[in-house]
Amino acid sequence: MIVNNSENSVEGEATNTQVAETADASRAGESKNEIVTEHTLFAEPIGHIGSFPVTNSLLNSWLVVLIVIIFGLAIRNKIKLIPRGLQNGLEMVVEAFLNVFDGVTGSRAKSLKFAPLVLSFFFFVLLNNWLGTFPGVGSIGQVVQHGHEKIFIPFFRGGTADLNTTLALAIIGVVASHIFGVMTLGLWNHFNKFINLKAFLEIPKKIRKDPMIIFVNPIKAFVGLIEVVGEVAKVASLSFRLFGNIFAGEVLLASMSAIMAWGMPIPFMFLEVIVGLIQALIFAILILIYLTINTTAEEH
Amino acid sequence: MLAKALAIGIGSLTPAFAIGWIGSKAMESIGRNPESANKILVPMLLACAFAEAVAIYALVIAFSIK
Repeated sequence: MIVNNSENSVEGEATNTQVAETADASRAGESKNEIVTEHTLFAEPIGHIGSFPVTNSLLNSWLVVLIVIIFGLAIRNKIKLIPRGLQNGLEMVVEAFLNVFDGVTGSRAKSLKFAPLVLSFFFFVLLNNWLGTFPGVGSIGQVVQHGHEKIFIPFFRGGTADLNTTLALAIIGVVASHIFGVMTLGLWNHFNKFINLKAFLEIPKKIRKDPMIIFVNPIKAFVGLIEVVGEVAKVASLSFRLFGNIFAGEVLLASMSAIMAWGMPIPFMFLEVIVGLIQALIFAILILIYLTINTTAEEH
Repeated sequence: MLAKALAIGIGSLTPAFAIGWIGSKAMESIGRNPESANKILVPMLLACAFAEAVAIYALVIAFSIK
């Protein structure tokens, strides 16, 4: 059993999805010398900085950040007014994205306000997803002795295949949508979307004109409370959707490689590329939708 | 073992139907109006991802059952 990482995902136990070799080994009775390769739900630590365990998916995320920074710094000084080549291509991409965002937010000004955050999410998630299928990721590593079995721990692993990463991204997105909501609508209005004190304060004011309000407004307040549960559900669904898709892709590729490593994984690699792109797009657009909903005032 | 199999087996029945329905409705509307194919693509993918997410929840549970 692999030692538990302290920030674990679901239950605190390791789940082994073992590839065919280990099953064969234990049946053959020579398990002492077989190396176990398994895809655990949590990422394996490969080193420590002080007392902070650095896991292999964290290393991948750092690699992605490095790539983005280097790319940004390299292009930054070469931006011309009349675009050519790479800058032209990137401008087309950004234009296409802004058009899609316009469809969600309804106004170009709002799209431009949210675009930096949402595009950052998109590119970070996209690069993490795609780096998970890169050659060398998941296959270059070291063999570590745990108890009486030897386990293979790769040095690199897809960043978003770790629930920690996706949970962090989802929390950032949802908290950002709340912060934008408070900045746009003001604290009282935003607060009243969830804990609807306005509804209670209106009862003594309007009870002469509209006596039904004593029944309707408590219901409004209760609905606001359910919205709070909805926020938690947003975080959970965002993180699990991304984690599940990418982790399942990893396991699928491993299983296909175990069946026949030469040629069998090829269509699945294509699938992983497409799934990575779509999941990044979904994540970014959902964050945009939450931002838009939170910054529009309530209509009656 | 049976629990793992049942979790993912039953859990992916309804998302599969849902994605099929979404796809068929999208195909229908593209057939009626071929120009709108690009406009339909993004909302269709969004709806598919939501439906798929439910299957992913079942998959994660299947992975975490011992």
